[in-house]
Amino acid sequence: MLAAIQGAGRFAGQSSVRTWLVGILKHKIVDSIRKSAREPISEFSGEAGAEDLDAYFETDGHFIDPPEAWEDPERALEERRFFEALERCLASLPKATASAFTLRELIGLDTQEICKELGISASNCWVMLYRARMSLRACLERTWFGERAGGSK
Amino acid sequence: MSIRLTCKEASRLISEGMDRRLSFLERLALRLHVGVCDACTRFSRQLGFLRRALQKMPGPDDPEAR
Repeated sequence: MLAAIQGAGRFAGQSSVRTWLVGILKHKIVDSIRKSAREPISEFSGEAGAEDLDAYFETDGHFIDPPEAWEDPERALEERRFFEALERCLASLPKATASAFTLRELIGLDTQEICKELGISASNCWVMLYRARMSLRACLERTWFGERAGGSK
Repeated sequence: MSIRLTCKEASRLISEGMDRRLSFLERLALRLHVGVCDACTRFSRQLGFLRRALQKMPGPDDPEAR
């Protein structure tokens, strides 16, 4: 996925950039899936469970860092630098989690199809998508929307 | 599942609701929780925004990104 993002900078572009990017991503994901098929356990075992997600919550189930109010998020969608921040956040996800999330949100597959592609159960798939969203939300808040993000506006 | 959700349970259901149809009880419990919880209301909006952001992710030659 990172290669697609880096390669994107060199793209001259006749056809739809989105189609092209999605094509590259599909290719990269298929590569990654093939690779994971050779090492299925090491690739997914650490990402199948939800234990790591406990780190976001107090023992009583409250958020440790409750989501902050984001100022005018729609305006971020107009800013190229926001998408660069988003790409950096995506790149920081664990690999299988990033694959599942990309298949879901960029390619638009449903959970069943993702399960089949990645060889995981539906509940593992939901956990991975949950992890991806938790991580990306926190990352965007830290690096773009948060008070400490500074200088992003 | 209890009808009274913690933020931890609610946030997970908010995410899963983007990937599968929640049961009637799950939707009811979620509505009751989100209705009184600012943190989960924000969380829910922000996940919706995240989905839109991914759909709008531009390529380098997308004129709208300039």
